Amino acid sequence: MVYLTRKCEFSASHYYHNPEFSDEENRRIFGKCANINGHGHNYTLEVTVKGEVDPKTGFVVDLKDLKEILNREVLDAMDHRHLNKEVPEFKDRIPTTENLAIAIWNRLERKLKVARLHRVRVYEMPDLFVDFYGES
Amino acid sequence: MKAHLTRRYVFSASHRLHSDELSEAENREVYGKCNNPYGHGHNYALEVTVSGQVDARTGMVCNLVELDEAVRREVLERFDHENLNQRVEFAAAVPTTEKLSEVIFQILKQNFKAAHLENVRLEETLRNSFEYSGDA
Repeated sequence: MVYLTRKCEFSASHYYHNPEFSDEENRRIFGKCANINGHGHNYTLEVTVKGEVDPKTGFVVDLKDLKEILNREVLDAMDHRHLNKEVPEFKDRIPTTENLAIAIWNRLERKLKVARLHRVRVYEMPDLFVDFYGES
Repeated sequence: MKAHLTRRYVFSASHRLHSDELSEAENREVYGKCNNPYGHGHNYALEVTVSGQVDARTGMVCNLVELDEAVRREVLERFDHENLNQRVEFAAAVPTTEKLSEVIFQILKQNFKAAHLENVRLEETLRNSFEYSGDA
């Protein structure tokens, strides 16, 4: 089994607000992220896939295919977008880095044919990242 | 849905690697320039990984403000700009970065209960890092 990681970047805006909470609770729990005018980040995404090395190609996965899936499923949908307003997963879910990692996992998992998804790592900032390994 | 969240912190401290159980010559041989008598310092980068279910109402594994506060109070205030050899935690242990990562893990395990502590990773320089996730 070999693990391969591909990295890409995207920039997006978001804010944290739960309509079930009062304004005061939203501010207390989410701090400055609760500002409903939103704010943005440069996200770094690392996608790790795993599989056996194909003896004919020497590949775990065709990088062209992986890049195309990443472009279509993640970057086209999220780069220079407002996560709350433009990404359907966040219509009724708060776009925290945790939920973003889960949403990206769900988008990628069903599209990967040959290799299996192992880990989705999303950096919101250089000092903060979330790892998601699937449902287990 | 379980996710892993990692947060990175920086602190600076000095140490000298020297074991009273070894002779002067053995100390020099084992620890090299880290055994120089007056010690030396590093900028340590600490990565704390916690895990837990993503709370459906907040979208978070744990509140980052609480994690930051626990790490600041229990780790950074204890070790930043200190001489590790003089600290009570190293009264009976050589302050290698292996040992320091174990000490930090134990301190956080006792003092941060809002999520499960998975791993402590400590970079001593850009070329050395050490990880401790508890004794299996």
